[in-house]
Amino acid sequence: MSERVPVLKIGDVLLVSIQTDLDDQAVLNLQDDLAARVVESEARGVVIDITAVEIVDSFVGRMLATIASISRLLDAETVVVGMRPAVAITLVELGLSLGGVRTALTLEKGLLALQRSGLRPADGPADPTAS
Amino acid sequence: MADQEECARLVRLLTVEGEDPAAGWVASVAVSLRGRASQAEIDRELRELYGALVAALGKGSLDSHDEAFGEVRALLTELSRAKARQGFTPTETAISIFGLKSALEPLLTGSIDDVRLYLRFGRLLDELGLFTVETHTRAREELISAQAEQLLELSTPVVKLWDGVIGVPLVGTLDSARTMVVMEKMLQALIDTGSEQAIIDITGVPAVDTQVAQHLLKTVVAARLMGAECTISGIRPQIAQTIVALGIDFGDITTKATLADALRHALKRSGVDLPGRTR
Repeated sequence: MSERVPVLKIGDVLLVSIQTDLDDQAVLNLQDDLAARVVESEARGVVIDITAVEIVDSFVGRMLATIASISRLLDAETVVVGMRPAVAITLVELGLSLGGVRTALTLEKGLLALQRSGLRPADGPADPTAS
Repeated sequence: MADQEECARLVRLLTVEGEDPAAGWVASVAVSLRGRASQAEIDRELRELYGALVAALGKGSLDSHDEAFGEVRALLTELSRAKARQGFTPTETAISIFGLKSALEPLLTGSIDDVRLYLRFGRLLDELGLFTVETHTRAREELISAQAEQLLELSTPVVKLWDGVIGVPLVGTLDSARTMVVMEKMLQALIDTGSEQAIIDITGVPAVDTQVAQHLLKTVVAARLMGAECTISGIRPQIAQTIVALGIDFGDITTKATLADALRHALKRSGVDLPGRTR
């Protein structure tokens, strides 16, 4: 039985923090859960935090792209944050450039990026400086 | 003549009372090194080696791979390593061993047994000479790989240009190994400094071919995956022409002619207000 990754809701944003190296089943579960939660909570943004992930394979890499595509279909923007250098290098070597996925260095910067595009990550008005 | 007898005769020849065959050897080696090593040093080294060689022969062996020659081999290793580090050529190193042949020559009487003995001894010295050359080469190779490693470390600095902007000035030819080091160092620096802008300056890269371009693209994509923007600067006119002629597509990667332009661009992207020229 694979453990499930919790999906947290902050304002308009869903936060997924991946704390362990995922196996294939956990990845599929996450994909299911997230799609369901985006619809159910009417979220406008998804932040996937992979700070703790040290090893990726092509399956996990594709999962990130797939989740981004699914979320975009459901009108939510995906930001992948906290990717480690080793992970980035692996993905590049695997030929996965995650074209449609936004990225940010840290969770904070990821939330800020979503905020700039007009989302409310928490209660309160959207960033007035947003373009 | 059996090995034992040959050895015994050799030892007798090499340790004649009142005569010093080693002296001629030392003299000939000293001449060939043309004063690049001190006489006393050569004398000490060779006499030590001579002693070990006679001792090994005394044990009744003429095979350089034999255990009896362990001491000789150790001395030779030390000698040729030292010579390699001091920049002597393989010939100058091997002459120390081969010179011993001529030292033995005047001691022989010319009988058929002596000729056979000389040939056996010559073969032994050949083997030891080859061993010396091999050790010498290995020592040089170790030196080269150590230097290459140092160069790799030296030539890939990552500097902080501004708050949130780091720069990587590349100097010299890019190959896979160097790109890997540059990539890792730059990505780590992005995290350490929390920078969202990186500038790779290739002013010091003499030529850009498809492979180098590929390496640069990979680095930029990796930086993007981590959420940082990467600009390539310092593309000289000649290199711009080459890139276009080769049909390399940098896609949507920002390229600037000079580091100053790239810095201006990076600062604008990170929201810093700049006075003066706007572009």
